[in-house]
Amino acid sequence: MRRAAVTGLYVAAAVVALAFLLLPIVAIFAHTSPGRLLAQLSNPVVKDALLVSFKTSLLAQALILIFGTPTAYLLASQRFRGRALAITLVELPLVLPPAVAGIGLLAAFGHFGLLGSSLEALGIRLPFTQSAVTIAVAFVASPLYIRQAIAAFEATDPNLAAASRTLGAGPVRTFFHVVLPLARGGLIAGLALSFARGLGEFGATIMFAGSLEKVTQTLPLAIYAEFDQNFNATLAMSGVLVLISIIMLVTLRIGLSWPGSSSTRSRSLFGLSILN
Amino acid sequence: MARLVLDQITVPLRSFDLELTLEVGATVALVGPSGAGKTTVLRSVAGLVRPKSGRIRCDDAVWFDGERNLCLPPERRQVGLVFQDYALFPHMTVRQNVEYARRHRATEYLDRFGIGHLERARPGDLSGGERQRVALARALARDPNVLLLDEPLSALDAHTKADVRSELHELLAGLAIPVLLVTHDFEDAAALADEVGVIVDGRLRQTGTAADLVAQPADPFVASFTGANLLHGHGVSYGDTTGVRLADGTVITTTGIGQGDLVLAVYPWDITLSTTPPNDSAMNVISGPIRTIAELGNRVRVSIGPVSAEITAESRRRLDLQVGRTAFASFKATGTRIVASGAHRQDQAHAEPETASRERRRPA
Repeated sequence: MRRAAVTGLYVAAAVVALAFLLLPIVAIFAHTSPGRLLAQLSNPVVKDALLVSFKTSLLAQALILIFGTPTAYLLASQRFRGRALAITLVELPLVLPPAVAGIGLLAAFGHFGLLGSSLEALGIRLPFTQSAVTIAVAFVASPLYIRQAIAAFEATDPNLAAASRTLGAGPVRTFFHVVLPLARGGLIAGLALSFARGLGEFGATIMFAGSLEKVTQTLPLAIYAEFDQNFNATLAMSGVLVLISIIMLVTLRIGLSWPGSSSTRSRSLFGLSILN
Repeated sequence: MARLVLDQITVPLRSFDLELTLEVGATVALVGPSGAGKTTVLRSVAGLVRPKSGRIRCDDAVWFDGERNLCLPPERRQVGLVFQDYALFPHMTVRQNVEYARRHRATEYLDRFGIGHLERARPGDLSGGERQRVALARALARDPNVLLLDEPLSALDAHTKADVRSELHELLAGLAIPVLLVTHDFEDAAALADEVGVIVDGRLRQTGTAADLVAQPADPFVASFTGANLLHGHGVSYGDTTGVRLADGTVITTTGIGQGDLVLAVYPWDITLSTTPPNDSAMNVISGPIRTIAELGNRVRVSIGPVSAEITAESRRRLDLQVGRTAFASFKATGTRIVASGAHRQDQAHAEPETASRERRRPA
């Protein structure tokens, strides 16, 4: 009798929690008919924001992949002094409030920033340009990829890389034929996390790049700008972001269950609750 | 045959420094307890660990020279290393694993190791014995000048181990390159290698043939570690016993079953010595002049012909055993075991289809 009551309490708590988490997402699609939502996708503001978001996201993720992968491999495979510090530095943007990240980027690359005058001497002005959006996205999203990539590389058996070397393959061939294929599940999962985080970026972008239509106004910025003017447009944009988030979540799950992925990787994933 | 030479190499390990000088001609086994630094020796030769000092060379090719600050990377040393857990690439098929070294047409090696029919299988689907064959084929496809084996039999269950040991013994005997293997099992070392080195805490305590080590262990540790006498002979089964004819013509009776060339193990403490022909239940008697007497505290190892017996110092005094004096070593048929057998393996290979053993190993 008492056991049944306790079980009932657990179930009730779970029902409340799941309903609470699901309700806002359902509401986005339930508020207006699907036809009217789809029609909003041809709204110029929505179209421009979509374009800005995708251009900057793809570019940022490409940069994260190119610079983040070797960084993660180095941190995962080498033991050197300052390694723990380097890993902490990589994780710093994860815990930094986005607005602070934006101010930091301005202070570094802005007109009166640390590198501002040197960049201007080269004829480069970053703040309030599309490049600024890309930089802001890369700054806040890259730790998610690098962390996951470090875990993926650490989970590969070092003896396999050693075996490759004794079989006559140099470090480069070993990396591309043995290490990378074994870590790819974790890398894909990391990229999905990083993409989802980057697409939702708001605080750092609005501080460092502003919210200029067609130039720096990404989907989240457009949602904020439009919501007291055209609520249906904001719902349509939110719907797009929900769909992409679901796709990223599925990609993440598939990536983590890839052969060669280990349980340590999914555990490290639960340390990352900072997806806004 | 080429020679692998390790000249005064030192490698700092966690609780001690590995210090080793070793020359490898045919097949040498380093045997010792776990944590003795055995694997580090192999990794130093392969180029995966950089020693602090010393020299490693294979014939005229210098692979490591501490003084000249020379350390070739693994891919520039012609070594084949078979890892303890085999380290097969899990994302590649058997054929792709063997082809990875790229030096030869893989088919030749797949056929030579009897794994041609597994070429499309993934390492995860193979049995322990099959994995080892793939690992050996892959290492040898590189056409190495030295073959290194790390605990080649430890990943196998007891049932497969005897067969694989015989198989490996045959393979190593046919190789024309130096082989350095490490194991924690003296029996494996004795069955596979021409020369055995006992390594403890990073130091080589003694090297010699397995028979030498059993007959004259340098210290009590080596004595306790070396364990059994190993007798090579030709076996013929009679019902539930096997007669094994040794090289000198002596026939030993064993309760083990085996045909053809085989290896018998007899423990020194299972052998009784006497100065007159014994009259008891022991089936096996080897007589002859005492070759050596080695004292180990209160125990004494006495060797006669191909075997060594371990008796107490007190018994030795009572029997007045001296080198050159004739004595009789007797042991029971039940005190012997067959540890490797060539013909036995071939019978098994025909009796047991490969696919059946593979199914069994697949995780549920």
